[in-house]
Order: sequence, then structure tokens, then C-alpha cells
Amino acid sequence: MKQLVALIAALGLLVPLPVTAQDTMPPAPYAYQQLENPEQEAAARELMHTLRCLKCQSQSIADSDAPMAGDMRHQVRTRILAGEEPEHIRAWLVERYGDYVSYAPTVSSTTWPLFAIPVLLLAICGFVFASRMRRRS
Amino acid sequence: MMQVRWGLWIIIGIAAGLFGLFAYQLSQPKVEFVQSAMVGQMMPAFDLPPASGSRPGLSSADLADGTPKLLNVFASWCIPCASEAPQLEALERAGARIVAVAIRDRPEDVDRFLSIYGNPFTRIGRDDISEVQLSIGSSGVPETFVIDGQGRITHQHIGDIRPEHVADLLRELEEAGA
Repeated sequence: MKQLVALIAALGLLVPLPVTAQDTMPPAPYAYQQLENPEQEAAARELMHTLRCLKCQSQSIADSDAPMAGDMRHQVRTRILAGEEPEHIRAWLVERYGDYVSYAPTVSSTTWPLFAIPVLLLAICGFVFASRMRRRS
Repeated sequence: MMQVRWGLWIIIGIAAGLFGLFAYQLSQPKVEFVQSAMVGQMMPAFDLPPASGSRPGLSSADLADGTPKLLNVFASWCIPCASEAPQLEALERAGARIVAVAIRDRPEDVDRFLSIYGNPFTRIGRDDISEVQLSIGSSGVPETFVIDGQGRITHQHIGDIRPEHVADLLRELEEAGA
């Protein structure tokens, strides 16, 4: 019995303790609570899936349990509840954190090649294909 | 025949160029910090209740009273916030006015934190849902903003203030008109 207790205690020591501290405050009211109106909740949810969690940068705020992601969900839901448009809320966040906070792709001075190159490649392929077909016939 | 060769060389050239680009980008250090896009902008309006029994709360009007200030975003549960305490004290001794926003914190915890690590703040606002933090584009604790006397954000320091950063912050504060 004593050995068993010692073993359990030893195993307990192996459980990793969290390195970073977290606060003990309850989550913001709308961090986990859905909006009553299903249409508004759907709009909020769609937006939350395309906003980056700033603490856990490869997750969306909809996927993250970080307290700050909860606070961001609270912002999104209360603003939707107040009648704000989802894209207006996104713009509000981009104004503060830059394009980085949004997962929705936008055409800008730095991202236009991403949109232009596929079109260009398709055009080249079409041209090569057409000229080969002509040569064969 | 020669035409085909040219085409091949062009493809090889493009591929080599792409791999060169990848190699260059992969060797660049990764930026972990999210810079606030609010630097240069006016402080958004807010009014926070006190986070501690010892100091009044903080509103945006307090940041537009003509005196440039440091705005420290901290929390009692944040370990690097404790490690920057001596630097905040040094800044205060050098004449910096420092106000603070406590993120997701309880007054009794803030009071305990201040009694252990010192209280260089003249005002401390209580932000339970990171509202002010989100409105100024801050993505973690601790962060320190330089606010000029009119309430404009002129500089953001991300992470804890190390001894070598004290002079930088004093210079930023001076440039903001202190």
C-alpha cells in the first residue's frame, strides 16, 4: 500500500505544470455564451472563424480557449448584438492589429501577386496548349 | 530543337529563383510580436474603474491632460510583469509619469502584487474583459505605450522592459514632449 502511494505521488510529479500563468477571472459574458438570435449567432460564428487569436497565432478565436480569445469573442458577439456589420467589426480589428488579425484574404499592394500569378499561369498554359493543338492539326 | 532548350532553361531559372526566395525567407528571423497599428493614432475613448484600492481608475481624458505618460498594460498573474518592476521604478525615478491598465485582474491580487513589487503608477484602470487592450491593439502583457500630452499613442514597447530599454523609453517620452 505504501509503495502504491509512493508510486502515485511519484507519477504526480511527472504531470507537467503550466509554465505561463493564467488569470483566474471568469470569462467575459459572451465568451462562451451564444447569442439568442440564431441568425446573429451564425454571423458572429462565421466572423470568429476568420479572426486570428493573438495569443495562439495559428488558431482562430473560435477555436481557442485563451482568455484573450474569449474576450475577442465577447467583442464580436456584443457588437453583432448591437447591430454592427461583421465586416465593420473586422475592419475595427484590422485598424488595431493590421491585416494579420484577419484570415480572410484581401487584395492589397503586397498580396496582389497571389491573385495575379494563377491567372497569368492559366493564360500561359492556354496559349501553349492552343499553339500545340494548331501545330498538330 | 534550340527553342525547346531555351524553354527548359527558363523553367530551371524560375525554379532556381523560387528556391532562392524560399531559402532567403526561411533564414529570416520569425517575428513573434504583433505590432499595434494604433501607433500615431489618438487613444480611443474609455473610462475604467480603479483596479486597486490605492489608486484611482483611468480614463482616456487622464491621458490628454498635457503631460506625456507611459501606459503600462500589466496583470498580477503575469510573470514578466513582475520582472520589469525594477525598470518601471527606475523610469519613475527618472521623472516618467506612469499609469496602468490591469488586465483580467482582481483588486486584492493587484494590491498584493503592488505591495511585493512596488507601485510606480499614479492611476490604475481595471479592464476585466481586455476591452481597452483590444482597442489599442495590444496583444499581451506586459506592454508599454508612450502617450503624448494630447492623448496620441507615439510608441509601443512589446514585452517586459529590460534594463537596456529604460533609456529608449525615456527618449521616446522626451520626443513625445516630456
